[in-house]
Amino acid sequence: MALLDVKNLHVEFTTYGGIVHAVRGVDFSVDEGETLAIVGESGCGKSVTVQSIMGLIPMPPGRITQGTAHLRGHDIIQSKVIDGKDIRGNFVGMIFQDPMTSLNPTMTIGAQIAEPLEVHRGYSHRQAMNRAAELLDMVQIPEAAKRARQYPFEFSGGMLQRSMIAMAIACEPSVLIADEPSTALDVTIQAQILDLVKSIQKDTGMAIILITHDLGVVARLADTVSVMYAGEVMEAGSVDDVFYRSAHPYTLGLKEAMPTNQTGRSRQLKPIDGSPPDLFSPPKGCSYAARCPHTMEVCLENNPNAFAMQDGHAAKCWLHHEECEVEAEDLYQA
Amino acid sequence: MTEPLLTTQNLTKHFQLSSNALVQAVDDISLEIAPREILGLVGESGSGKSTFGKTVIGLHDKTSGTVTFNGEEMPDRYQAGDFQRFANQMQMIFQDPYSSLNPRMTVGEIIGEGLMLHSDLKRSEVNDQVADWLRKVGLNADHMGRYPHEFSGGQRQRIGIARALILNPEFVVCDEPISALDVSVQAQVVNLLGELKDSMGLTLLFIAHDLSMVRYVSDRIAVMYLGSMIEIGRSDDVFFDPQHPYTQLLIGSNPEPDPNLERTRTSVSIPGEIPSPVNIPPGCRFASRCPKVMDVCRERTPSLIPLVDIGEDHHVACHLFE
Repeated sequence: MALLDVKNLHVEFTTYGGIVHAVRGVDFSVDEGETLAIVGESGCGKSVTVQSIMGLIPMPPGRITQGTAHLRGHDIIQSKVIDGKDIRGNFVGMIFQDPMTSLNPTMTIGAQIAEPLEVHRGYSHRQAMNRAAELLDMVQIPEAAKRARQYPFEFSGGMLQRSMIAMAIACEPSVLIADEPSTALDVTIQAQILDLVKSIQKDTGMAIILITHDLGVVARLADTVSVMYAGEVMEAGSVDDVFYRSAHPYTLGLKEAMPTNQTGRSRQLKPIDGSPPDLFSPPKGCSYAARCPHTMEVCLENNPNAFAMQDGHAAKCWLHHEECEVEAEDLYQA
Repeated sequence: MTEPLLTTQNLTKHFQLSSNALVQAVDDISLEIAPREILGLVGESGSGKSTFGKTVIGLHDKTSGTVTFNGEEMPDRYQAGDFQRFANQMQMIFQDPYSSLNPRMTVGEIIGEGLMLHSDLKRSEVNDQVADWLRKVGLNADHMGRYPHEFSGGQRQRIGIARALILNPEFVVCDEPISALDVSVQAQVVNLLGELKDSMGLTLLFIAHDLSMVRYVSDRIAVMYLGSMIEIGRSDDVFFDPQHPYTQLLIGSNPEPDPNLERTRTSVSIPGEIPSPVNIPPGCRFASRCPKVMDVCRERTPSLIPLVDIGEDHHVACHLFE
């Protein structure tokens, strides 16, 4: 059984404009020591998916209308507590996108890292502060003991992100959720942070759920990938299957919209025309049909289920239906 | 090389924060941009690339050095009349499509404002041109009466592009025009800029930090670190055969969407971050982080030298090559 297993998750928000169907039937699972990347463009529901499981979206206006999420076999949608311990902090740690605004500017870095230890582990303040300095050292912040007494404004963006990681792993969680952990950082600092996350994973064996829009970051860090679009998982599988044997037109479209690392301008960038559907009233058929180059009649009428291929590779696309005349393999062997 | 369209000679921009704090945001940068060329300018935040772009175009006064455009030396400090005079020739596309459009003006007013000020056209003629430009950038001419908040990020960036290009400038500074956009939309904007460049004969200074995209877009790439230019050369040369240790770090840090490549390449990340640009010590600016640092690096600032045996038109500022 997977460490964290999410099935058929649906999340809605009630707004003045109506009900937004932000997440529509998402499945994923992640095992110990494994990194799952959830990729997608802004507004596809990737952050809402994990935030809803963590109980981090305000309810109302948000609500989980369907679906299950199990952590080590415990239902974590009904109850955020396992064996008397809150899952947040104890079992699941989280790093947020913007380290500048996610930390409390009025508390020292050390006190912020110490807080979960005092709350969840019953450390005394002094013990917790000592541990905080050790954690800062672990995330490679020089002069950790002195730095622990400083405030966020005295840190650079990269060091703040390191501090957030220290805080998230303070209670040794089994799952680390990283929501765009390096998007706000420069590329050389991003490389440092990704290396750091990787080495911590090696030492602790925790599972990582990486939320990002950057396929380069996915290629560097992930074992498995779920590609999200308009609140649904369009394609899922191992990182090699998704990159080299893409089975969904959206995944392929994303790849063609990016420059390759070949010399010269070997080909034109191919943008995906149009924009994602309105999630107030999602389309009846496939949500990508309006932008897809291979749209068929069935796509407009019926939303496909995920078609499974080998090794857990699956794509939500009618091209993989056995009665489809177009050979999906021909389209995607790029 | 043909006669350059724009030349900067020892262009320098310092900000005096207080009597003992000097920020050398742009230091002694000399480069040439040929007509119809796209020069990509990359560097981390704080490297001074935006300040360079703004100084070139006159939004910042120069501390020293010159900018020559079409053979004419630009004023050190722009007066109101200078902006009037040069608006038809130089324009800028800004980074943030949210804060660079006035929320109280309609899109028609935003795009048409330049023409109203800088041409003798009547309002109806201006509106015709605005409608024309809205179509050119892939928006609907009926959108003229709408306000910026009614558009998505990609659409706003197109509005910014139309506003900059409606005056038919020769030279445009694009300050991170795509970094706020999603991947699929980035490709739309990049292709649009490419088409307009071909049809209008534009020359672009393309500032960005996404290295793969800069390589794709630009003819040549210049790399900045802490206010100085450390490497410049043809795009593919700089990207695939970087010479300066910092450029090597920068390119090596760039994650490629290719799992096999990522698995095989060794990590190049080096510790440390870009230091504060206040009161920079003498010598090479990368010396504090450079893995190949020598004694001379801390004493003398390296100057840009041509690498004849490596690539045509490839220059590096590093003592390793002297």
